[in-house]
Amino acid sequence: MVDIRSGTDGALGHAEVEDVELYHPHSWWTRYVFSQDAKIIAVQYASTAIAIGMVALVLSWLMRLQLGFPGQFAFIDAERYYQFITMHGMIMVIYLLTALFLGGFGNYLIPLMLGARDMVFPYANMLSYWLYLLAVLVLVSSFFAPGGPTGAGWTLYPPQAVLSGTPGGKDWGILLMLSSLILFIIGFTMGGLNYVVTVLQGRARGMTLMRMPLTIWGIFTATVMALLAFPALFVACVMMMFDRVLGTSFFMPAIVEMGEQLQHGGGSPILFQHLFWFFGHPEVYIVALPAFGIVSDLISTHARKNIFGYRMMVWAIVVIGALSFVVWAHHMYVSGMNPYFGFFFATTTLIIAVPTALKVYNWVLTLWRGDIHLNLPMLFALGFIVTFVNGGLTGLFLGNVVVDVPLSDTMFVVAHFHMVMGVAPILVIFGAIYHWYPKVTGRMLNEAMGQLHFWVTFVGAYLIFFPMHYLGLIGVPRRYYEMGETAFVPASAHTLNEFITIVALIVGAVQIVFLFNLVWSIRHGRDAGGNPWRATTLEWQTPETPPRHGNWGKELPVVYRWAYDYSVPGAPEDFIPQNQPGPDNLTRETAT
Amino acid sequence: MAVVVILVLLAAGSVLFHLLSPWWWTPIASNWNYIDNTLIITFWITGVVFVAVVLFMAYCVFRFRHRPGNRAAYEPENTKLESWLAAGTTLGVAAMLTPGLFVWHQFVTVPDGAGQVEVVGQQWLWSFRLPGADGKLGTSETRDISPENSLGLNRNDAAALDDIVIEGGELHLEIGKPVKMLLRSVDVLHDFYVPEFRAKMDMVPGMVTYFWLTPTRTGTFEVLCAELCGVGHPQMRGTVVVDSPEDYQTWLASQQTFSQLMAKAQTKETAQAGNAAPAR
Repeated sequence: MVDIRSGTDGALGHAEVEDVELYHPHSWWTRYVFSQDAKIIAVQYASTAIAIGMVALVLSWLMRLQLGFPGQFAFIDAERYYQFITMHGMIMVIYLLTALFLGGFGNYLIPLMLGARDMVFPYANMLSYWLYLLAVLVLVSSFFAPGGPTGAGWTLYPPQAVLSGTPGGKDWGILLMLSSLILFIIGFTMGGLNYVVTVLQGRARGMTLMRMPLTIWGIFTATVMALLAFPALFVACVMMMFDRVLGTSFFMPAIVEMGEQLQHGGGSPILFQHLFWFFGHPEVYIVALPAFGIVSDLISTHARKNIFGYRMMVWAIVVIGALSFVVWAHHMYVSGMNPYFGFFFATTTLIIAVPTALKVYNWVLTLWRGDIHLNLPMLFALGFIVTFVNGGLTGLFLGNVVVDVPLSDTMFVVAHFHMVMGVAPILVIFGAIYHWYPKVTGRMLNEAMGQLHFWVTFVGAYLIFFPMHYLGLIGVPRRYYEMGETAFVPASAHTLNEFITIVALIVGAVQIVFLFNLVWSIRHGRDAGGNPWRATTLEWQTPETPPRHGNWGKELPVVYRWAYDYSVPGAPEDFIPQNQPGPDNLTRETAT
Repeated sequence: MAVVVILVLLAAGSVLFHLLSPWWWTPIASNWNYIDNTLIITFWITGVVFVAVVLFMAYCVFRFRHRPGNRAAYEPENTKLESWLAAGTTLGVAAMLTPGLFVWHQFVTVPDGAGQVEVVGQQWLWSFRLPGADGKLGTSETRDISPENSLGLNRNDAAALDDIVIEGGELHLEIGKPVKMLLRSVDVLHDFYVPEFRAKMDMVPGMVTYFWLTPTRTGTFEVLCAELCGVGHPQMRGTVVVDSPEDYQTWLASQQTFSQLMAKAQTKETAQAGNAAPAR
């Protein structure tokens, strides 16, 4: 059994790693642009991700305008509509969520929360960001390329992705998309190896694995998963590029396209789907696990109570991570693969619900008998639980193979995955930004703007996606540019679509308030001090706020206890920082 | 406090929306009401869990909100409670999975004596093929597709010659008769989807996929494509008519076989050649 108690190792000397002068940047360029400081790289990653995320937001507005008011906006034709949904999906999943959680929060929090000076390979870390930026620029360039970006849907299923019936299929669109993904994966691998090695090798003295904050457990596990999953996407991209450019037939069987025989034969479109989802399903958890970890810490800190069942939470993260590699074909129940696979994948998929449900129980049980401060990060955490539970439960419909049959490829799926891996993780991102912004800038974000942002975003997102499930239940397929006159769709469903569009426009607009708040508060925010939330974890115990390069000044911190010593009976304060040596009578063992 | 009110409203509103909104599935027209039943079980179990979690959260936020002098309890874990919760969840999951797998077994097991219908997808048109008098579908090959042989049937296969070919027209099915739908595509992925049948399956170029159903209600139903197949995807519609046995036979008698179509194409070609000659 791993020991998570406050240590009796108070006698530990301080770590001997000295702050080396040679290592600091000497010019403005190396300090702020080509920086090797994980904190700067984190901000670069986050800013780029948010910027490209705004593009995805505008794209979602455009597609909602078409769905709510079909035919009213002449410039949204079918080709553009498919380009919008494709780019929206890919940007949100890869270039926003993955990049922001791992590149953004991973870079900022791993060294600080573990008591390290920086990532172990700072130069590779810098390259990781610049490759990511290049990937984003290649992606954006496809908007200006002949034929525009690809409209193959974010799943890029061949053969249509490389044929002329799809926007960008025979033009530059699909090639730029595949190139951008390849660059992203190379860049991510450099960052990802860094995160893993730093967690394994860079922890401060006393920071055992079972004393790490759950944020780090979530990011760490997600990174390991990403390193194993992205190669599948990488090879799929390379193979599709060969099919498109060199005329190979990895994914291309004999095809008659618009009456013309193509020079392909023998390939398997389903092979691509297996490769894609072998990446794509773990990807869901690559986004979800950091969110799980972060939200655990937000709830614990703002409820002034230790996270309930820490060990269970760690094991649940690890088990979910492992199981998520054997559930991928639940995205393919009606793909035409051997239908007997359905038994296996439905079973594994529903098993994953158990550790996931335990995490939810432990979050709400952390609230039980807590001292709940309804600060902005806590509000977003509550919003996350609601939307995640909702989206997780609809996953039980889609994971249970036979129930998936009528619902797959309908708006039910769209509503489900937006709730569970769109809205829920993004609420965590917002909560995390409100939580850690004071450490990054030294100032608090404005509370009034934050309240407006939270309420409109949370309630609005729920109003968008909860009713959308019922459109899918009626049978409205996803990825339809227009539904047209269809007997089984009642006219009232159209009113619902208009309503969803209007709410989506409002929710999108309120994000501008958030962006303004981010910029405005850098100068005008209330002074935060070093530890405004009275939190236990190491990043709040830095000698300076914002922390300087090297994080800790002369001496590295030494860790004496787990990350959750809140409201320990007998302690003078309702929190004890991890680096505070404690008398033994304050250990968890004697306290309970 | 606003949080508590909103959480309660959200839970109550979701339940009311589910019960009162006019948006529900379209009446079923096949034997797959088992699927509908499994879906209803899932709605009940997940609905109870959702309401319970949200209301419990609302209660916690109300009861344990910060007031001056409050202090949280210190309880790192409670192995007993966690085991009970894990066991309860496992039970709930099993209650959904078990009927689901039973119904899936039915779904993938085509009954003996089921009829056969082939559906062929292309951008953006549905075609159909029924076995002829011999009750067998002949072989086909994408490579054999040509303007006069749009489904790529094998001209040297006797079983293919009597097959009934419906290019871009309506498909008729006989009520009460199990039928295996064999699905094929000549270009990209498509998905044969009739909401009233509940069943659907992708059509993949290079292979034949299938599902089966028994139509249980006469009427005319719309066929949609449910797998993105290019810009024409939403326009890819077709029609399935479920007939009484008499109507079905009448319809069947008026359809053309592959050899009839070939003969017609040939006469047309000769006629065209004949017409073209004087002009030169």
